[in-house]
Amino acid sequence: MKEILKDLNKAFENKVRLGIMSALVVNDYLDFNTLKELLDVTDGNLASHLKSLENSKYIIFKKEFLDRKPNTKYAATNEGKDAFVKHIKAIEQLLK
Amino acid sequence: MDQQKYIDDLKEIKSIMSRSSRLISLSGLAGVFAGVFALAGAYLAYDTVYADQNYLGYRVAVLTNETITSLLTIAIATLILSISAGVFFTSRRAKKTNEKLWDHQTKRLLINLFIPLATGGILCLILLSKGYIGIVAPLTLIFYGLALVNASKYTLDEIRSLGLLEIALGLFATYFIGYGLIFWGIGFGVLHIIYGLVMHRRYES
Repeated sequence: MKEILKDLNKAFENKVRLGIMSALVVNDYLDFNTLKELLDVTDGNLASHLKSLENSKYIIFKKEFLDRKPNTKYAATNEGKDAFVKHIKAIEQLLK
Repeated sequence: MDQQKYIDDLKEIKSIMSRSSRLISLSGLAGVFAGVFALAGAYLAYDTVYADQNYLGYRVAVLTNETITSLLTIAIATLILSISAGVFFTSRRAKKTNEKLWDHQTKRLLINLFIPLATGGILCLILLSKGYIGIVAPLTLIFYGLALVNASKYTLDEIRSLGLLEIALGLFATYFIGYGLIFWGIGFGVLHIIYGLVMHRRYES
């Protein structure tokens, strides 16, 4: 039991962060507005959760300009994908 | 342990994954209409090819420049009607489920659909211009099937098996060459109607 709990990742306890990772593991990248619409959250809320995932090195971002408007694209790192898969496996173990 | 929370988490993960990477508002009704148009098109084509012939005796597909022109007209009209039905019913459903229709999922879906489809289309036009008429009907089925399998990653799972069936039909049609129009009617007509009805019942009621 303790082993399983160790694999549960604190970073993904939060619903928004879980949502961000779910979307980024099945897409090469997504921009800020797509994520915002997908998860139905406010700008500030999304930004702070993105920041914390970035600090854990689970996602990276790239700033671009589209028609002179800034456009930020987010992608999951390999580390983030591994951590997320581990987290889901731990949840599945718990539910067995 | 709060099991319910984890069950909800898993559900949420699944839903976000499919909403963010697949076009899920693809409408079954679009398939039904495409199937009906295809059957009508096949009937008209049959009429054109085997016009004024003795129905009991041996039949030869008579293809003059004139019939080829009217066959192409039928084909293009069928294609346009089917695509319009697809766009109409899918956008109607996207509105109902509050999904945006023209987003990156749709673009990816269309690009992956059109790579094999356009290749097949151009190849068929080349063969047609060289006079290889019989092979065209089977090839359209095969390439359409390949296009569906390729695009199925970005939409509902059923599309993959529909694609595989179209490929199988296309191969049969190549072997039993001369019955192309019948296989064509089954593949583009009957299969579309069956899959359309199943998907409509499964997702839209």
